[in-house]
Amino acid sequence: MCRLAAITSSEYFSPMENVLALETMKEGHDGSGMGIILKDLGGEFEEFKEFPVLSGICSESGLETVDKYMADHGFQIKHVWSPSITEVRGIHKRDYYFAKVYQYPESYLDKTIPEKEDLLMRTRLALRKMGESDESIIVFSFYPDILSIKEVGDPLQLSEFFGLDNSSLKAKIIFAQGRQNTNYAINLYACHPFFIQGYASMTNGENTAFVPIREYLMSRGFPGYIGYNSDSEVFTHILHYLNRHLGYPLTYFKDVITPLKASEIGMRDDREALNLIKKSLRMLCIDGPNCVIGFNPDGTCFMVQDSKKLRPGAVGGLKGKYALMSEECGIDRVVPKRDRSKDIFPMKYDMVIIPPGAEEVRVWNQLQG
Amino acid sequence: MEPASRLDHNHQLSLRELPYIIRWRDDRCKRCGKCTAICPVKAIEPTVKILRNVTSEGPVPTPVTSRKVVYVVEQVLDINRYCTGCGSCTLVCPNEAIEPELNPQNKFLHFKNKGGDAYKRGGRRNDPSVSTLDKLKFTRISMLTDPALDAGRHEFRIRTLLGRNLPPEHLPLEAEGGKLVVKKDEIFIPPVREIYPIMIGSMSVGALSPPMWEGLAMGITYLNEAEGMPVVMCSGEGGMPPRLLKSRFLKYFILQIASGYFGWDEIIHALPHMVEDPCAIEIKYGQGAKPGDGGLLMSYKVLKLIAEIRGVPKFVDLASPPTHQTKYSIEEAVAKMIQSMSMAWGFRVPVYPKISGTKTARAVLNNLARNPYAAALSIDGEDGGTGAAYNVSMDKMGHPIATNIRDCYLDLVCQGKQNELPLIAAGGIGKKGNLAANAAALIMLGASAVSIGKYIMQAAADCFGDEYNRCNLCNTGRCPRGITTQDPKLYRRLDPDRVAERVIDVFKTADTELRKIFAPMGRSTELPIGMSDGLSIEDKAMAERLQIDYAC
Repeated sequence: MCRLAAITSSEYFSPMENVLALETMKEGHDGSGMGIILKDLGGEFEEFKEFPVLSGICSESGLETVDKYMADHGFQIKHVWSPSITEVRGIHKRDYYFAKVYQYPESYLDKTIPEKEDLLMRTRLALRKMGESDESIIVFSFYPDILSIKEVGDPLQLSEFFGLDNSSLKAKIIFAQGRQNTNYAINLYACHPFFIQGYASMTNGENTAFVPIREYLMSRGFPGYIGYNSDSEVFTHILHYLNRHLGYPLTYFKDVITPLKASEIGMRDDREALNLIKKSLRMLCIDGPNCVIGFNPDGTCFMVQDSKKLRPGAVGGLKGKYALMSEECGIDRVVPKRDRSKDIFPMKYDMVIIPPGAEEVRVWNQLQG
Repeated sequence: MEPASRLDHNHQLSLRELPYIIRWRDDRCKRCGKCTAICPVKAIEPTVKILRNVTSEGPVPTPVTSRKVVYVVEQVLDINRYCTGCGSCTLVCPNEAIEPELNPQNKFLHFKNKGGDAYKRGGRRNDPSVSTLDKLKFTRISMLTDPALDAGRHEFRIRTLLGRNLPPEHLPLEAEGGKLVVKKDEIFIPPVREIYPIMIGSMSVGALSPPMWEGLAMGITYLNEAEGMPVVMCSGEGGMPPRLLKSRFLKYFILQIASGYFGWDEIIHALPHMVEDPCAIEIKYGQGAKPGDGGLLMSYKVLKLIAEIRGVPKFVDLASPPTHQTKYSIEEAVAKMIQSMSMAWGFRVPVYPKISGTKTARAVLNNLARNPYAAALSIDGEDGGTGAAYNVSMDKMGHPIATNIRDCYLDLVCQGKQNELPLIAAGGIGKKGNLAANAAALIMLGASAVSIGKYIMQAAADCFGDEYNRCNLCNTGRCPRGITTQDPKLYRRLDPDRVAERVIDVFKTADTELRKIFAPMGRSTELPIGMSDGLSIEDKAMAERLQIDYAC
């Protein structure tokens, strides 16, 4: 069972806060990996908000391939960040960890945002494909104001390895996952959080409906729905499919993955629509056990549970800073001076939503809509 | 001079040629005559024999012959009166003095063609081997990484959808103020029924006796109304009693139209008086047990009730041609038929075709996938049953259901239409009694629902039939259990209330067993359609063909 640590704040903060929160929840992860996604970047990235950031890991040869490919396709480097690596026993160092900020190709400067997003995704997929067989190129995200770091190892050791405690890396939303490897091989592409075109999510638990959901997503004809080295990647793609592709408001993510019973749907104002989507999106229903934490492109963060609430999850904080964690001890580490009695433990019908800016936390109840 | 062949019985069959040999025990028999009276094929008869007894008394052999008349029960050697092994004799015998015994070395098929008549029978394929469905195992057991669900404690929702599900991209929805609203009149939303994933397949009033059909109908009505289980059944070809057509219970029935169109005059006339829509309309193009063969209700089964329901004169043979005579192409004529049937109920009722399992199933499927009015595709595999067919059709024609369903499902996946067009699998479900396991396996291979026929006859009405050609007299109208006969003397043996009770037993048990399968696999909310990672098989070639795991 993995451990999740997400923080959303009105101020920039260091990913070390997430790592230390994961450390308090150490019983729940086994050092088989950590993934971090930073959104709304600060520090040295603050001036590059409009420009896409390519995050990944390369071998020496892979780096050349990446640079050549990007140059050939008209991307111009504006800024390069690379962690200062401190070798730590037990962590296998790869050649080159990076986050590169690019300027869009000239022909894309006047294109719409969706067109730009599609270019970024196609570029990421092309790079991924080029380096997949020999693992010479591993790319996690290519999107403006998003940075991803993933590696196999214990979160605290990894933070030392990447020098996060001395780094100027900061963001207003940071998701981190301490991985407990279960039934799939250790693979960096299997490490949460997953990201696609502004949407990210990480999950605690196993998705027993993984295969039918994967087949359904892969058959949507959308090139980004590939990968699935982890059964949890489907949650990110479901979120993307519903919100971006179908245009459904965020709360329908909950309605699709854990649909209400017929008798319960009758209590909702939008019952007609719910009845239709329950049938048409039947293949995306999960059975858990899963706690899902995610964000969408505008920076709204949320937490939902499976319909039996089989995984832990808690949300707490103060105006301006909220933590969405697997366990309350994680919240204690991040926001110790809060009123603990106001902590939220979302149950099977709840969706905890924190709008951008972390000014407030709302609990949306599925029964009431 | 008399030919020797006659004297030594040379042209007579021996008992060893027959499929079942009667074991009769002289010492137990009290000569009550019940066995010979009940035998549906007159395979046994009471006979008088002269018993020659030689005795000798005293120290010196002095043989004395005496003769006495004895009464015995004897098996006849006429191939047309062969013992079918039904065991009715054993049932009625008060002293356990008689029973048929399977003769695996029989040469029955060598001789069952007297007068040039090819062997016809009811039942299903005579193949007692373990079917593919029974070889499939559920091997993805949730353990410590993902806790198994509790079949007794957690809430389970074992339901499926019958009808065309619009792809989400086509739903007339719009987001307004954070909520989705339906834009009415923008698009045709096909009717979709939520039903129980095991349904009772098409068996007609006519093929079935009145108490059998009534028992099934009462059973599913009880399941719907008292147990909250939306089990539906298909009428089979030949319509339904007019009172039922006009009742509120019609919603639990799927009306079938087949190549003879029997009963449809009555159905169309009842349309203005219907207070409920039927669950669906099934257009039968083929049957798994006898692909490419039509149906025939023998004249002696066409009694007053049947004639009235079907809208035909009494006591005439009712032949349904092998194909719909008006249909010459799936693109045009079948589409038209689907649309016509949809139109008859104002597009409120799902309409789907049923075909026999075949290599060409994918071609049919792909055509239906492009037809927005096609509500599903039902595929009936080679292990399906029938009331009457040529033995060769039953034994040698047809396609196994497992690969047919899997291929079709994967085809739909390629097109992204796996949730649009539900697949209904039939043929051999519960062949060895494993109803829930076979149903679950087919669902995980990609079926949305399964249909049963022979199984429910066996489980609910004690049908004798099996894969060793036991009984299988459905075509003769002399069903010893009263299931497939219109002879009141025979069908009065069958109590419709008991049939209904057994139907309820069967479905409640299947429901429990489905939970017992789904719970350890961590599934409870939606049916695990296409959850192929849950399955394994102990045969590499089968695993590869079905695209599932091989486990040994």
